[in-house]
Amino acid sequence: MSLFDVFNVSGSAMNAETIRLNTTASNLANAESVNGDATKVYRARHPVFQAVMNSEMGLDDAADASSGVRVMGVVESTTPPVQTYEPNNPLADKDGYVYSSNVNSIEEMANMLSANRSFATDVEAINTARDLLLKVISMGH
Amino acid sequence: MFENIFGIHEQALMVQGQRMGVLAGNLANADTPGYKARDIDFAAVLSQSQGDTALPLAATDSAHITLGGTDPATGDVKYRNPYQASLDGNTVEMPIEQAAFSETNVRYQASLNFINTRISELTLAINGS
Repeated sequence: MSLFDVFNVSGSAMNAETIRLNTTASNLANAESVNGDATKVYRARHPVFQAVMNSEMGLDDAADASSGVRVMGVVESTTPPVQTYEPNNPLADKDGYVYSSNVNSIEEMANMLSANRSFATDVEAINTARDLLLKVISMGH
Repeated sequence: MFENIFGIHEQALMVQGQRMGVLAGNLANADTPGYKARDIDFAAVLSQSQGDTALPLAATDSAHITLGGTDPATGDVKYRNPYQASLDGNTVEMPIEQAAFSETNVRYQASLNFINTRISELTLAINGS
């Protein structure tokens, strides 16, 4: 366990936050997607984070003191899609309804801000560790 | 003569580095549901590494869990008491973790400075100019 672990730990967190940003981008892009079939319409996707201990990351650490992050999986929101009556829409079903995705744009924007801030914090941690290690290397000069 | 020329700072660097790793883990898991924030009690680990140990609990069975690390290099990592835990069970509080992280940063640099000064002093003593 040393300062070098910060790179692995924060790096894994940056990777997880990137996946979160990707799903947010995908959700926002598909916020207006419609489909004539309620089961086939796009559903909001969210990653589920999980702490991963150092020993699992292959780091030699008996104490398992610090832990990184991994994305355990991506789950689809179970909120029902929004049903709208649009008989002129070519995608409408036989009753004239279309179903739009259950993406909540405001929620996604908040998610994006949170991911952005977490990512920035991880970058800051890596920069700090790097600066300190560079100082250790130049010790005595 | 050259035994332990850096005094406490040698061990301090090690513990601070370790603490930084733990805090980075907390920052990394700020959005992980159920993650419990952890920290190292720097004063406790340092006094332990200086030989000032409290009476340890005897482990007489393989199922006994040792309280706190006996090795100063691994330190004893403890869970943090949150001011207000989130509903998802996560106890990472960003401002507290960030403050602790910068504090560790400053302490680490302070120890480095002490060591560097010591090296300069010794170099001066050796060269005589």
